[in-house]
Amino acid sequence: MAKEKAAIGDIGNEYQEKYGFSVDHDYVHTIKKGLSKKVVEEISHIKEEPEWMLKIRLEALEIFLKKPMPTWTDTELLSSINFDDIHYYLRPSDRTESSWDDVPQDIKKTFDRLGIPEAEKKFLAGVTTQFDSEAVYHSIQETLTKKGVIFLDMDSGLKQYPDLVRQYFTTVIPSADNKFAALNTAVWSGGSFIYVPKGVKVDLPLQAYFRINAKNAGQFERTLIITDEGADVHYIEGCTAPSFTTNSLHSAVVELIALPGSTIRYTTIQNWSKNVFNLVTKRAVAHAGATVRWIDANIGSKLTVKFPCVYLVGPKAHGEILSVAFAGSGQHQDAGGKIYHAAPDTTSTITSKSVSKDGGRSSYRGLLKVYKGAKTAKSAVRCDALLLDPESRSDTYPTMEVEERTASIAHEATVSKIGEEQLFYLMSRGLSEKDAMTMVVNGFMEPFIKTLPLEYAVEMNRLIELEMEGAVG
Amino acid sequence: MDLLEINNLWVNTHDNKEILKGLNFKVNKGEVHALMGPNGSGKSTLAFAVAGHPKYTVTKGEVLLNGENILNLKPHQRASKGVFLAFQYPVAIPGVTVSNFLRHALKALGRESELKDFRKTVKAKLAELKIDESFMSRNINEGFSGGEKKRLEVLQLAILKPKLALMDETDSGLDIDALKIVASGIERFAQESEAGVVLITHYQRLLNFVKPRFVHILAEGKIVASGDTRLVEQLEREGYEKFVTKAPTPA
Repeated sequence: MAKEKAAIGDIGNEYQEKYGFSVDHDYVHTIKKGLSKKVVEEISHIKEEPEWMLKIRLEALEIFLKKPMPTWTDTELLSSINFDDIHYYLRPSDRTESSWDDVPQDIKKTFDRLGIPEAEKKFLAGVTTQFDSEAVYHSIQETLTKKGVIFLDMDSGLKQYPDLVRQYFTTVIPSADNKFAALNTAVWSGGSFIYVPKGVKVDLPLQAYFRINAKNAGQFERTLIITDEGADVHYIEGCTAPSFTTNSLHSAVVELIALPGSTIRYTTIQNWSKNVFNLVTKRAVAHAGATVRWIDANIGSKLTVKFPCVYLVGPKAHGEILSVAFAGSGQHQDAGGKIYHAAPDTTSTITSKSVSKDGGRSSYRGLLKVYKGAKTAKSAVRCDALLLDPESRSDTYPTMEVEERTASIAHEATVSKIGEEQLFYLMSRGLSEKDAMTMVVNGFMEPFIKTLPLEYAVEMNRLIELEMEGAVG
Repeated sequence: MDLLEINNLWVNTHDNKEILKGLNFKVNKGEVHALMGPNGSGKSTLAFAVAGHPKYTVTKGEVLLNGENILNLKPHQRASKGVFLAFQYPVAIPGVTVSNFLRHALKALGRESELKDFRKTVKAKLAELKIDESFMSRNINEGFSGGEKKRLEVLQLAILKPKLALMDETDSGLDIDALKIVASGIERFAQESEAGVVLITHYQRLLNFVKPRFVHILAEGKIVASGDTRLVEQLEREGYEKFVTKAPTPA
């Protein structure tokens, strides 16, 4: 038991050591804390943006300032965000490098410690890494460039492909969609821009890694992915931040456009430190015969509010959302998914898996809507919650609006406490209580873990083990 | 020294029902004991109490394993000292494969081996128990038939190689073919190891295949008769009633 007790004390240290560190970086440009029209203009000016983008930003700022805070999520935690105490823009360097050797030393060290260059060598087709507000490193396999695949940080995307960006920007998530989408649109910086041409299949995943380094930082990346007809891409993002006592804010907007017959898989492993507010809007449009899969794992952050969404707008489009949440002490994971069936023969699944422990709270919020005329649309929703102790909490808020009589919808929800009998069974074979619990939790998460590429599956199992440290008193 | 020595054991369930009332029991290494008794006599309670199930509270007495009292140990600590319980109703663990589980269990017991050696051992044991190799990649007891669950228990016995095996109604719910396979697995384990084996059962039929050296009858929370296999024959003829009514009043 002494060993297990020690592990409880280690848990913060482990995150601290592996991810929770920060470097004393000399930023080339820092805008002082707080949000105003001037701040937005300054961001746009630094980026040398076209006029139309500045206009979109300023309109979004108006919307943000006017819109009240949402009242349906964790209002207590939300109200603790002090918007005046956040840096909206922190420019780490003046260039996005394509060789790690050219990345500023302290930043490179950070990503070395996080294992990014190593992963890139092993199993990725392209990488972009963002350090606070801007991408500092970017690469893509030459063979993909030759096939016409565009994978850039969003700022470079806007510079090099302004028409393409203008065509799709805010078409899936308008600025007025919600308060935090408006905020992101006003002050966005970084993120990924991807275009995959007709019929091109990208075999290996493209990865983005988002790192918050500074205190009181705000990170507002903006991602836009377009797959042309018959194209196929898997995009993976990961993120971590230093463990500060003050709060940081991460508010991203991600828009996906899957043109007919194309496939997008978007995997997120969110592992922010427990002082980060993670308020993200993610939405996809799937055209005829296209498939969009959101695989969304939330392990870190103080409060996450995020419901990946798919609009199925063409016949036979398919949407999948797999939302995974791990809520520990002081955390609230308000996650789930939304699917809109707006065309015939569309199909979808939403699967949610949450684990709550040490007084952590997880909420599942789901929306399934079938419009009239979406004939024989089919959907299956399943959410499973696992509670590891009586102090923890899990809530389910499913909404279904079905206007089409020929649609078939299945819904299943379970909440289970970790079984004493399961633990005893495993312990009677020699596993300690902690190992037994980890095994049960890993098993519970298996449907999610098996969707990951091997390297991430291993990493994910490790993260769960890390989270399970200290689960046993 | 006895492998297992139980002295004056009193055990309550979590709802404070007294189940074992001053039980005494000894098992030496290399011995096979049969523990028989009517429903509710306390057979499973004894097995759970020795393995350390948190729902059973020992109110008095001691359980010694090689002379050491194990009652203050957690279940996994007892397992690492060699205690193994084959469950009457094995539990399903969704998402965890048999293979993964066995490797973790071996590691926890300090007997981690090369994957290659592990596979070889497992393959041999699977063949002995007439289990298909695909079994290893299935989730523990999830969607298993009654017979498959019991075979998995015996497979674990064969691979984890405990010093003391408590087989709680491993014969129940099996057809005759499955019973023979399971029984020969237990028999082989008993012969190949120096372990003490306790067969907990209602029925004689398992004992036709695994011959115990000692037979005990448990009734109303204590052992009321001990002998050899002739006791089983007597039991078949006369039923439990005689033993139950013969039980002396608790001291």
